[in-house]
Formats: sequence, C-alpha cells, structure tokens
Amino acid sequence: MNARTDADLTVRKSVTVHAPQAVAFEVFTARMASWWPMASDHVGLSECADVVVEPRVGGRWFERGVDGVESPWGEVLAWQPPGRVLLAWRLNAQWRFDPAFLNEIEIRFVAVDAATTRVELEHRGLEAFGAQAAQMRDVLGSANGWGGMLDQYAAVAAR
Amino acid sequence: MQSVKGKRMLSVIDYLPMKTPDIAGRARAFAALGDATRLQVFQLVSRRPLSVADIAGQLPVSRPAVSQHLRVLADAGLVTCESLGTRNIYRPDSDALASLRGFVDSLWDVGLARFRIEAEAVARERAAPRTRKERR
Repeated sequence: MNARTDADLTVRKSVTVHAPQAVAFEVFTARMASWWPMASDHVGLSECADVVVEPRVGGRWFERGVDGVESPWGEVLAWQPPGRVLLAWRLNAQWRFDPAFLNEIEIRFVAVDAATTRVELEHRGLEAFGAQAAQMRDVLGSANGWGGMLDQYAAVAAR
Repeated sequence: MQSVKGKRMLSVIDYLPMKTPDIAGRARAFAALGDATRLQVFQLVSRRPLSVADIAGQLPVSRPAVSQHLRVLADAGLVTCESLGTRNIYRPDSDALASLRGFVDSLWDVGLARFRIEAEAVARERAAPRTRKERR
C-alpha cells in the first residue's frame, strides 16, 4: 500500500489545552464521560451513563448504560500516563462491537509548559472498515445520518 | 425510520453505497451487490487495492469474469479503476473513503473540543485554592 493511501486512512488531530499534562491525561481517560458526546454517540440500547477506560494495559474500554448494562468498545493497548495512551477501537461501521475489527487510537500528551498541554491524536486503520467504508458513504452524507448527528455535537461543543 | 431513545436505527438501505442518493442509484447498488461472487470481489477490493489478476487468484473465477464484475461495481459507483503501468488497479470509490475519513475527523473535532473545555475547567478548579479540597 502506498504512502498516500496510508495517509488518507489515518486521521490526525491536535489540540492545545490550558491544563497541566497530568490533568489532560486524567480528563481524557478517567473522565471520558465528561466530554464524550454520550447523548448520541454510543452503542447500548439504553441511555449511556458512563464511558470507562480501565487504567491498565488490557483494560476494557466500554460504555455503561443507565440500566447498568456494559457495552464494550475496545481495550487499552498501551498505558503510559501521563504521556501516552493507545486504545483499540472495535466498533465496526454498524456501530457494533466486533473483536476481529481494529482501529487504533493513539493519544499523546505533550507538556508545552507546566500549565499547557498539546494533545495529539491519531486514529489509524480506517481501512479496517473494509467493505463497510464504502457502504457508510451514504449514511455519513445524509442529513438524518451521521452528518446530522455531528451537527448536534458541534452545537453542544460550541456552547 | 425507527428510533430507540432518540437514536436513529439505520436500515440496510442506509448502508448502501452509491454516487447519488436517488432510488435508481440505490437500486443499481443493490443489484451490483446482489450477486455472491460480485460481493466477494467488492469485499476483496475494499480491503486493499488489487488488480484483476490478484482478485482472480483469490477466487474461483476467471479473469474475464472478474473484469466483468468490476465493471458492474464501477458503474454502480462502488469501485474506481486506476492504470498502473500495464495493470489496472481497483480500489473502493475514493469518495466513500473520503466520507469515512471525514466522519472520523469530525468525530474527533467535536470530541477534542469538548475535551478541551472539560480539561481546562478541571485545571482551573484545581488551581483555585477555594475549591481545591473539593476535587474528586
């Protein structure tokens, strides 16, 4: 596979936050429920009450519904607080858990100074969506599909 | 469309790939994937770019038959073809991958924006002596 294609299938993001490195790491992992758009972005049938990343290699990454039911999302592949965490995302294009499916999400927390952290995120392996990638196209593009949901996220994020 | 607690449930039709969101386009895509061999060809190409020979080597199908299947998939907007020397390399329609990438991109734009607000709120809270002992 050539470099261009690889690049196309990796999403890279960076955000600088006015928070110490340890706080940034903690909020991202231990307090994921405080910022993850749980209202719309979850897989369980009941409302999502919590998003949990167990703090260790092999730890589970899952959501817990208000009914207490846990729905797996993936697991922790690398755990190096406060600088780096590598998560396995195992939700396929149908938003269902699939142990054979893997996208890697690597997050690096770079201390710019004592009170500032640059968070670099890399979401890799979109090719794993395989056939589903093409099939998602319509969903993503339709007003009632993911595109519409993202508009909702944006509204919440901007408040 | 049915929904469970506000979450829209997606139907099979929603997952159908196509260039245009019209019924005729959906019908073409359905028809294109409605053949077991063609569906296998599409799945192989979706995983990585392949030539006709690559595909024929992985399926019990002749090269001309593979070519014909690819032509149908291309007409339905599911795969694209690129000439590489003497070979034609097939890959999933780039629009489809671009959309997928755009989705993940937006997901993290929003997620990280929310994350930044939260992280900075926690940092402020801890920096303020008044509220320091209330943390956690």
